[in-house]
Amino acid sequence: MVDSQHKWKAWVYLAPALILLLVFTVWPIINTFHFAFLNDYSSLGSNGGETYQFGISNFTKVITYRGFLTCLKNTALLCVLTVPLSCFLALIIAVFLNSITKFSKLLQTIFFLPYVTNTIAIGMVFAMMFNIVGLRYQSDYGKYCQDIINAGGTPKELFLAQEVIRDGVTYQTGYTADSWGIINNFLTFLKFDPIIWINQGSSYSANIAVLVIYIVWNALPFKILILLGGLQSVNKQYYDAAKIDGASRLTIFGRITVPLLSPMIAYVVITGFIGGFKEYTSVVGIYGTSLGPTGEAGKLNTIVGYIYDALAKANYGVASAASLILFLIIFAVTLVNLYVSNKKVHY
Amino acid sequence: MEENKVKLSKLKEKYNKSQNLNDIFHWTYVAFLFAFVVYVLFFLLSYKNVSNTTLTINIILLSIIFLGFVVFFVLDLLKKKELKQIRIDGKNIDRHFNIMIEEFELRSIERNSRITKAISQTFIYVFLVFIAIIVLFPFYWMLNSSLKSLEEYKLSTPTFWPKNILFSNYKDAYNTANLGTLFLNTLYVGLVSTILSLIITVITAFAFARLEFKGKNTLFAALLATMMIPGELFTITNYATVSQLKWTGTYTVLIVPFLVSVFYIYLLRQNFLQIPNELYLAAKVDGTSDMKYLLKVMVPLSLPTLISITILKMMGAWNSYVWPNLVANDAAHRLITNGLRNSFTDSSGDVNYPIQMAAVALVSLPLFLVFIFLRKYIMKGVSRSGIKG
Repeated sequence: MVDSQHKWKAWVYLAPALILLLVFTVWPIINTFHFAFLNDYSSLGSNGGETYQFGISNFTKVITYRGFLTCLKNTALLCVLTVPLSCFLALIIAVFLNSITKFSKLLQTIFFLPYVTNTIAIGMVFAMMFNIVGLRYQSDYGKYCQDIINAGGTPKELFLAQEVIRDGVTYQTGYTADSWGIINNFLTFLKFDPIIWINQGSSYSANIAVLVIYIVWNALPFKILILLGGLQSVNKQYYDAAKIDGASRLTIFGRITVPLLSPMIAYVVITGFIGGFKEYTSVVGIYGTSLGPTGEAGKLNTIVGYIYDALAKANYGVASAASLILFLIIFAVTLVNLYVSNKKVHY
Repeated sequence: MEENKVKLSKLKEKYNKSQNLNDIFHWTYVAFLFAFVVYVLFFLLSYKNVSNTTLTINIILLSIIFLGFVVFFVLDLLKKKELKQIRIDGKNIDRHFNIMIEEFELRSIERNSRITKAISQTFIYVFLVFIAIIVLFPFYWMLNSSLKSLEEYKLSTPTFWPKNILFSNYKDAYNTANLGTLFLNTLYVGLVSTILSLIITVITAFAFARLEFKGKNTLFAALLATMMIPGELFTITNYATVSQLKWTGTYTVLIVPFLVSVFYIYLLRQNFLQIPNELYLAAKVDGTSDMKYLLKVMVPLSLPTLISITILKMMGAWNSYVWPNLVANDAAHRLITNGLRNSFTDSSGDVNYPIQMAAVALVSLPLFLVFIFLRKYIMKGVSRSGIKG
């Protein structure tokens, strides 16, 4: 054949890619196992000429460390909350987008916009929307008001008010702030109490809620794009047949749309879980590198964050063990997903 | 006989009229019910601190709406009963009466389905526009805040349009974050890594698509298998490797480790395989070299895929955070995302948001420009690749 005399040539073409892959992909796979099974391996010690014993102490260290359990809990919670929510919303939006004719392209473009953003930068925007500027706890609102009026100013409105009795005297206490942030402005406009979302003293559920909102906002475009692509390739004849039989919209959705779309839904769910377990930059975007509200650093750390923390401290052994655990988790979740979808998906 | 015919035609007319009225009653009571539900929802939302008079007025209005609903519901029921009676009467005269009046029923069903469709379309548009507003709101609020003064931002009632538009925020942001250097750094890293990555991807994909060598399929399968492993697993050893090579704090460390993307190779190979092999053989017979064939035929034919790869790669450089933060976080080599996060460390508490948002807007702008002009390629690339950047 034409090619036979140039067999060596193929390897010349492949050489750059293969060399780079060997150094930066294949070698790391082997080496991570090597690091992970050397007891307490760290780069500082190894440069100093220390030698390490084979063992599993890195794994036991990671699993028994409380910080890691926090990270695991945060990551799992974010996954469980965001993946179903974003998939469900994306499915509804995709079905609706598919059933309209006017402005469909414009709306599609708008829904895709969050995809072309910088996760850190827009995370900062979300942080601003939820943040309260100048939040102060007033232990005695009456005295505060009097002081301000004496100084010739107007006191700020009290929120989350409570009455506290000290030595038989009742004090009005609560929070004042310069600006409550646009989200809390909406809440108070609708006559709800404002919520301390990400400031010092905020609750864990509020912290997680902000992250869930941001991650869903961020994850929707990709899912809508995939599901809409799937919907547009569905054969219209199925719908016509269902209409002739007099099937209702809900029946059509449940019996035709979802089964025909199930491969795409499975894909979106699986990639959603994989991405969810690797969540890190959204947390950095909203909470900054401290990964938590002021004074509570690491409150919302994730598994990937834990790995980078260990790496930054040169604890290669611990980092490697944690990354292998992450790999195992992702692998297991993907297997479960595939098992479930094999039973439910109609190809 | 004649008498019966007159009777029948009268019944038919009566049925037609009742059918029309029934439709009107039906939709009126649905509208009343809808109005009632919406009213109750709004009322509940604004329930707190309402004076007694407004409460009474609201309750009276609500009862009127509810009464309207009940009246039309009963009317609808009565009309339905009447229709049934007419059918029985007609059937007593002629047993084919049902077939005779089918026309009216069909017309009614058609009309009803038209109304249902209009309602559901309205509902769909309202829902989609609502979601679109939620999606767009952060961008609007970012721009709005970036143009305010700090005093105006801190107002307890927010302004939805800045009173005094302060473009100087952008200048301040540019200087505070040293955005100029960051832009240039990111542009340099993005361009070099994209160009090198494109070259490597093209020649590797070509080798896998057109050239014959031993173990081709096994090697390709092995490459694809590496895609399953999360990138964090590579990072640790790569960090050790680049530290040993003394690459940290250089541009090299930002470019080299991510030059080869197995996925892009896969994507391009699929594209190359679609080009008929006869072209290649013909070129061979004419004595064209592989390289020339690749550049003159294959690359132009798969240009859309190459453009998609270029955009995604550039966006990747623009958005990368974790790796640059780890290995090149010095002032001279810092990339844009790190620079942004490092210059504005606080997210909560008392932050100078107008300046921070101006910086965020400046960082987001290039991405939007790229999106506006190259939307088609981005969406196509993303729907096939399923990766962010």
